[in-house]
Amino acid sequence: MKGKKYILSFLFLALVSLFISVTGGLWASYQYLHPDFTKDFWHFAKIRPIHVVSSVSWIVLSATGSIYYFLMAKEGKRGLSLSLIKWHFYIFLISGAAIYLSIITGKVGGREFFVFAPVIMIGILAGWVFFAVNYLKNARLRAQDMPVYYWMWGTGMVFMIYHLIEAHFWVLPYFRENFIRDFTIQWKSVGSFVGSWNQLVYGLSIYLMCKIKGDDSLARGKKVFFFYFLGLANLMFGWAHHIYILPTRPWVRITSYLMSMTEWVILLNIIFTFIKSMKREKRRHHLIAYKFMLAADFWIFVNLILALLISIPAINYHTHGTHITVTHTMGSMIGINTMILLSAILYISSGLHPGFSVRKGLQYAFALLNISLAVFLISLFMAGIGKSRWMAEDMPVPFAVLQDGLIPWYRTMFYSGWGIFISLTWILMPAGKILIKYFFSTLKEVIPSGRDE
Amino acid sequence: MRRTFYNKLILVILVIAFVFYNYAVYTGDAHIVSHRLSRAAIRGQDIWQKNNCSACHQIYGLGGYLGPDLTNIHSHPSKGPEYIRGILNSGIRHMPEYQFGEREKEALTAFLRAVDSTGYYPNKQARFLKNGWVEIKTK
Repeated sequence: MKGKKYILSFLFLALVSLFISVTGGLWASYQYLHPDFTKDFWHFAKIRPIHVVSSVSWIVLSATGSIYYFLMAKEGKRGLSLSLIKWHFYIFLISGAAIYLSIITGKVGGREFFVFAPVIMIGILAGWVFFAVNYLKNARLRAQDMPVYYWMWGTGMVFMIYHLIEAHFWVLPYFRENFIRDFTIQWKSVGSFVGSWNQLVYGLSIYLMCKIKGDDSLARGKKVFFFYFLGLANLMFGWAHHIYILPTRPWVRITSYLMSMTEWVILLNIIFTFIKSMKREKRRHHLIAYKFMLAADFWIFVNLILALLISIPAINYHTHGTHITVTHTMGSMIGINTMILLSAILYISSGLHPGFSVRKGLQYAFALLNISLAVFLISLFMAGIGKSRWMAEDMPVPFAVLQDGLIPWYRTMFYSGWGIFISLTWILMPAGKILIKYFFSTLKEVIPSGRDE
Repeated sequence: MRRTFYNKLILVILVIAFVFYNYAVYTGDAHIVSHRLSRAAIRGQDIWQKNNCSACHQIYGLGGYLGPDLTNIHSHPSKGPEYIRGILNSGIRHMPEYQFGEREKEALTAFLRAVDSTGYYPNKQARFLKNGWVEIKTK
């Protein structure tokens, strides 16, 4: 297999991960309604981790494949080591299989986001190191003139490696013996891990904006670098809104309060500027990719309001530990990350197969996805209001009674989840077919090399 | 050229600040409660993790939402250690039917006792300030 085809394989695996993720999400949400559903062999404690690791895999693999694709489009073979891409792919493939095996057999580490056996992380880290080395090889070619997305991808990779290691500090007795220290660092690493993938995804969004607009200056201005450094500072110091309620020293939490959630303002500003200045004719070339970027813009706006509110400690006190936090998480993962990454994959698919972006089915799927997501987030938010009230009233009824009272919202969540499942499958199928077609294609130039298509 | 230099300088300053910040977070001073987990509690935490209990339950409001938060279940007036030991193998509602032995039940109870001793959730006696800040009550 030629090196370039491994890049398409990353993207194809990403689509498979997304399919497993939404299937797992649907399965888990059905268990909210019917506690006995597959309880004996595939209970919630098994399904939820599959849903979570598949969601993370979707983001990581699609970001990786897209970045490789765009790096190759810019510099061609001279900027990338094809054998490193190959090793990176195989190591992620084996690690991915090991993760699912670990969850299915119950040999897990049991930590949020990194539920699988800790030893698997060694392979994942090696894959990230290969990616970072390859990226540096490419970035060296333009060391004196790097657009902001290069900076974002580079720092995203480095901080990803650091925070994946930090997430496993718990194996050391010094960290583990103090529960609050351990718990704080666990959520610090998770928060910054998300911040690291955001660097990769937001970098992609800026790259796509430049390409769709046909103007690379958008990624070189002073303002865009100012926002980049603000986002990076947020990644480093803005994680503690997850643990406002933990008994840590106030300076840990105050630092986060001050830094909190400026990332949404950053991206909103950049995308808003882009849309305002874009010429109509340019949009048509990548119609569907453009639509997904617009959707991301809308969901950033919605999440911005929620994020800013729940980062105020007095409000966070009432929303923490409720489904309102999940509303924010899902809004970010589906509304922002997934919209941007689908935009990247559809941009690539449109490039490989002209005419792909004007398919009518994709337009319907796009509408269904956004409507379903809106209903899904509203149901989560309302369930969160119910739980918050229950906590504020000093838990007047047992937890089981509270859960029964929330069933109408869980049911809405489940049915809107079907809408998300159907619409995503509708989008994944044709995109996956194109990737497979070009994977087996005899065309020499599967990816346009070194000419920045 | 000049801009690239300044960008690199800002990056270096941020990374240096990050190193000092991490040192402060990793050392004991950042955490109000610093007593060590007992061996039994660590064994209980192992069981907690191996069975992926946080998929359904929360501690300090962090975890899954299918089951209740367990931060203060050990000192809860109507629950407590006997309740914990009793419910572990019950298979009630969403709970899988675990087959924990007495030693495992003891270890899990020790872990939840240790968690309980670190603080409160929900923090009912927290004080709300006008600037949006919340002063939490600590043990």
